[in-house]
Amino acid sequence: MKELTYAQAINEAMCEEMERDANVFMMGEDIAEYCGAFGVSRGMLEKFGKDRIMNTPIAEQSYVGAAIGAAMAGMRPIVELMFSDFMCVCFDELVNEAPKMRFMFGGKVKVPMVMRTAAGAGTGAAAQHSQSLEACLTHFPGLKVVIPSTPYDAKGLLKTAIRDDNPVMFLEQKTLYRTKGMIPEEEYTIPLGVADVKREGSDLSIITYGRMVQMSLQAADKLAEDGIHVEVVDLRSLLPLDRESIIRSVKKTHRALIVHEAVQFGGFGGEVAGQIADSEAFYYLDAPIRRLGALSCPIPFNPNLERETFPTVEKIITQVKSLL
Amino acid sequence: MSSTKKPSAEAVVPSKELMATLWRNMNLARCFEERVQWLFSKGLVHGTTHLGIGEEATGSGTIAALKPQDYVFGTHRGHGQAIAKGIDVNHMMAEILARSTGVCKGKGGSMHIADPDIHYFGADGILGASAVMCVGTALAIHKRKEQDRISVVFFGDGTSNEGATWEAMNLASIWQLPVLFVCVNNTYGMSTPIADVMRDTDISKRAYPFDMPSKSIDGNNVLEVYKTIAEARAYVSGGNGPMLVVENTYRISGHSKSDGNLYRTKEEIAAWKEKCPIKAFRKYLVENGIFTEVELDAAAQDASDTISAAEAYAKSCPEPSIDDLLSDVYA
Repeated sequence: MKELTYAQAINEAMCEEMERDANVFMMGEDIAEYCGAFGVSRGMLEKFGKDRIMNTPIAEQSYVGAAIGAAMAGMRPIVELMFSDFMCVCFDELVNEAPKMRFMFGGKVKVPMVMRTAAGAGTGAAAQHSQSLEACLTHFPGLKVVIPSTPYDAKGLLKTAIRDDNPVMFLEQKTLYRTKGMIPEEEYTIPLGVADVKREGSDLSIITYGRMVQMSLQAADKLAEDGIHVEVVDLRSLLPLDRESIIRSVKKTHRALIVHEAVQFGGFGGEVAGQIADSEAFYYLDAPIRRLGALSCPIPFNPNLERETFPTVEKIITQVKSLL
Repeated sequence: MSSTKKPSAEAVVPSKELMATLWRNMNLARCFEERVQWLFSKGLVHGTTHLGIGEEATGSGTIAALKPQDYVFGTHRGHGQAIAKGIDVNHMMAEILARSTGVCKGKGGSMHIADPDIHYFGADGILGASAVMCVGTALAIHKRKEQDRISVVFFGDGTSNEGATWEAMNLASIWQLPVLFVCVNNTYGMSTPIADVMRDTDISKRAYPFDMPSKSIDGNNVLEVYKTIAEARAYVSGGNGPMLVVENTYRISGHSKSDGNLYRTKEEIAAWKEKCPIKAFRKYLVENGIFTEVELDAAAQDASDTISAAEAYAKSCPEPSIDDLLSDVYA
């Protein structure tokens, strides 16, 4: 085992896949010498050269569209969008093109590409560089949507995403890039669509993903001091969704709190709540299904206001206690 | 300033066999679209369709100058492009009639006719998207160091205003990719004349900032189209980077089935009917003694019979099974 940061784990996944498969290459803004805005591609230019680590113009439609075309022609491109908010500039490519080509063209083409991007708040980047837009991506059949919460998951999930024959939206959490975790020396992959119980518990299930996993685990630690045993389910992939793991956990604990960083209203928590309510887990519930997400406002700059916009350990604890 | 880079103007001499192919493909395109129009009028076609009657020289002439291995991205007005690329008309008609044997299994329709098996990445309903994806297929060609292969994207005058089109030209240009941009300028974006949406309607000038050569030609003259594209293909496949060709033509048919032609006069349409590319090519072929009227009529009749057979085939095919609804969402 070795200790790597979340960013290093992502880097290692890409390097291993590029060494394994000559069709894999990377495009994005300032990913070569600058190594990307968050330093994820450090050392990759030296290792693979500028033909495979390609700086692009600041023109998201062009290189995301080019990734789709290259994928249709048999390559396996990885594109890095510097901030997930920039998806909005190339939404046509992500929504109308990548997920629809195969179906629309009678199953005769594949689009094996990965769009990696940095999502989430907590850096004082304000309203246009801090959003969590994953819910809308899950609304487009043909896409896969992955959000890793640890270095271990990030590496294993990204390797699978690169090998997947479909367009995968890989939403990295920008405040997790420097967090550390243990990674096996030997190669491993993690299948998409399999949730991970990050902490076992009997009193309530917190169903969450991304940055909120660590926060939920911290809340669970504190709650344990009061004798409250919370289970933390990390979805890891929203599309495909591991419905069975959610239902299994709720049937076990009889209570569900869904936590995400994205705006609560219209967020993915609504889908998770719906899945629970639609299933046999409904009959096991001893309390209403509760959601905890961001307030309904653009993300503010001021650090106190920014913190208050999102779930916190304290807010999670309060919600858990209110359901017991 | 226009680019100093130029394709070589080596004389391209079309063979008699090639001229027969052009004649056949133009007639197939015309017959196909007139048949589709008729089927629509009878209420036999679901959805909508965009016809390019009057634009047949562009698709036929362009694709005749390409090679089978070239990637082609067509437009939503692309029946003629698809036919020239070699799509089976039986399966194309089956697609229009939403049958399971359609080229897209009845799930794409007129707006998404495609056949990746013959490198035709088809019609896209969102303008500008094909241009950026075409740059991607060219990038794959470049990365795999494939010789004698290019990527071609057809787009309209309206799409030349899309940001994605400009981004595509920029990317193809900075990376010197083998992309041939083919603008089919039919002078209207749906109902809006290009002079209302462009300060300068010479679309070929849009290549200037990207240092790529461009040419503006008579898109109703199929031999001029063929010769220009043959030169352009030689230039692009020679590792010189992208090029733009603007083929100036006119859409005699309405924009789509809902078009009442309120934005143009009957006289204007009639004048362009006189400049019909099929009529013009017939005149050329007869006057130069290449084919006789009788030979041309026989070939045109054969095209018409082929389309009749395609219609009969399509009508005989079943609709897709509900059981297949969710197939091909994921690979």
